[in-house]
Amino acid sequence: MSDSMEFLLWTKGTLFNWALAIFALGMLARLVEIFWLGRAPNYAEARAGQWGPGLRTVFTRSFADPGTFKRSGFDVLVGWVWHLGFIIVLFLFIPHIELIKSVFGMAWPGLPNPVIDAISALTLAGLVAALVHRLTHPVKKHLSDFEDYLTWAVTFLVVLTGYVAYHRLINPYPLALGIHILSVEIFLVVLPFTKLTHMFTAFIARWYNGAIFGRKGVQS
Amino acid sequence: MATSKTLGESLREHGVSRRGFLKFCAATATMMALPPTMAPAIAAALEKARRPSVIWLSFQECTGCIESLTRSHSPTVENLILDVVSLDYQHTLQVASGELAEEARLQAMRENHGSYLVIVDGSLPGPGSNMGYSTVAGHSNLDILLETVEGAAAVIAVGTCAAFGGLPRAHPNPTGAVAVQDIITNKPVINVSGCPPIPTVISGVLAQFLTFGKLPELDAYGRPLAFFGQSIHDRCYRRPFYDKGLFAETFDDEGAKAGWCLYRLGCKGPSTYNACATMRWNAGTSWPVESGHPCLGCSEPDFWDAGSFYQALSVPTVDSTQTLGLAAAAGVVIGGAAAALAKHGKTKAVADREPVTVEQLEQKL
Amino acid sequence: MSALDSIAIAVEVPRLAQEWGNALPILHEIRHGLERLAATGEPTLIDLRAIPFGPGDEARLLERLGRGEVEARIHALGETLIRETAIPAVWLVDFLNAEGERIALHLQIDRIPGLLMTQPEDLAEAPARLDRLLKELAGGGEAA
Ligand code: SF4
Repeated sequence: MSDSMEFLLWTKGTLFNWALAIFALGMLARLVEIFWLGRAPNYAEARAGQWGPGLRTVFTRSFADPGTFKRSGFDVLVGWVWHLGFIIVLFLFIPHIELIKSVFGMAWPGLPNPVIDAISALTLAGLVAALVHRLTHPVKKHLSDFEDYLTWAVTFLVVLTGYVAYHRLINPYPLALGIHILSVEIFLVVLPFTKLTHMFTAFIARWYNGAIFGRKGVQS
Repeated sequence: MATSKTLGESLREHGVSRRGFLKFCAATATMMALPPTMAPAIAAALEKARRPSVIWLSFQECTGCIESLTRSHSPTVENLILDVVSLDYQHTLQVASGELAEEARLQAMRENHGSYLVIVDGSLPGPGSNMGYSTVAGHSNLDILLETVEGAAAVIAVGTCAAFGGLPRAHPNPTGAVAVQDIITNKPVINVSGCPPIPTVISGVLAQFLTFGKLPELDAYGRPLAFFGQSIHDRCYRRPFYDKGLFAETFDDEGAKAGWCLYRLGCKGPSTYNACATMRWNAGTSWPVESGHPCLGCSEPDFWDAGSFYQALSVPTVDSTQTLGLAAAAGVVIGGAAAALAKHGKTKAVADREPVTVEQLEQKL
Repeated sequence: MSALDSIAIAVEVPRLAQEWGNALPILHEIRHGLERLAATGEPTLIDLRAIPFGPGDEARLLERLGRGEVEARIHALGETLIRETAIPAVWLVDFLNAEGERIALHLQIDRIPGLLMTQPEDLAEAPARLDRLLKELAGGGEAA
């Protein structure tokens, strides 16, 4: 490809702006709607505070209870591995930190590249395992629809192209990096309109859950 | 003018001994980035090579590329230009001027039709733009290029301006600058990019053409693979620090003093293909990264428009703050509207609710 | 020596003189070359200008290789300095141009660097040259 540099600059320029705009617009629209609609008013007298249990649940629901773990240990474990891997690679790879710094003005220390490399390999393996499980498990397969596969694919592509770019497996490098950035932009555009919004809403839902329990005086 | 003598003959005439010739070949192999074991093959080829006539055209350029070449050290530029090539026209270096200079070009073209080399440095205003931006002897760059290339064997575009448009073509490209390869499509064009190119790479490409009489293997951008086949990053001696995640964050911190990787200071080495890390500059003294400065990526297309020289490669080239703000505001409005609509729908549903009695239901059955 | 040397530069010695790690692979390559030379008589040439050395790597490598017994100087198109290192059969060949600037630097693993040997073409011409000299001597003696 003879204009790989042009391609890279396009993904780093115009396209980046568009993707970011669609993401911000879509995500904020959804969040504002959720918050403004809120919950139905509860006229019962509160038995206890809701903030503490709400916040606690945001955290505790990250860990499966023993029953769930026993029933679907594979899902819990693999899910943990690649979710955590994805987050670490996203926020602690130094080129990513530079990007975040340039857009949001915030920065923090990163991890050495070989550590990130190993984690992304694990993340990739986790994602493949999750897909294989989804395709072979009869119940899961039955429950899966197009959106499940779409969100898997855009997530997997982000990590895969990043791995390929880091190891310079595609030449020339501007092409490899451009493909990675493009796949991230696809991810950003798809995010607000699919179940990928759980990156934000999962925590809101947990908070509501915990808060409701707390108000009722139920252990959360 | 190009002579009919072979290079071997002309060197011997200059009193160059056999050992001198072999040494010349060893240096040429180094210059061409070929393994030194190629020296005998080079010797055999050079022995029979004939000095080609070279016409050098300078368009929208800063003369930095010629500065670079005239400081080329291996072999000395006198050897290169006087013995190896016959530089028949170069308006900065030649003694003749005015009509005589232009006549020299036309004569070289007539006498060596079909076999001379054209070297171009600088970009040129492309078709459809104002030709007045750059002229030589009253002729537009475009006309001169087309006229001169017509009988050439090949064209070597020296420098990023000639190869990719370079600085003149940077946004907003006021002169409508284009690269040589945008105009010349019916002759081989070799791009020797760099701002300026490494002098030994310029002479190396000439030597290669001279030695083997054919064009070197080129990459997707038309650059000789021997010099542009590997990225700066892949040959950088600071690479182990990149791999370990040890980076200089300012130009004077501990990391900078210890010689750590310059990625965070904006190094474009990972996306830049050139031979600086091995061939180095100034008679092999050093090169940008060795002297503590990140690579600017000067041998790549659009390098002036590829974002700040001092921001990491992963940083977008646009300032997204405004877009982000606008999009967020629009998102809030849309989200608010959606929520309002939903609330309205709910209130309306409550208001419009018509109670149904058991009797009414039973009647329906 | 070279024009660059006339520019006054204060070189800051780095606090930690570090190894950049590119000298060691060369030593291994030399080792392979020596084995090859012993087994098959095939020489090896290493172009030190094609190695991505870090600052000081090259100097450290050459310092480690040390100095052997032989040193030679060829005067043709500028000087060429040939020096045996402390490791037998490993030679350093330093090509300088007429201005004394280095134009190439090779390590050669051979019994004797090829450039030192009399070139076949010169050997072929040698009797004729001597004949000319003899003729001059015989033709009157006043030339002597
Ligand atoms: S200094 Fe630049 S070229 Fe060298 S390793 Fe770091 S990023 Fe790559």
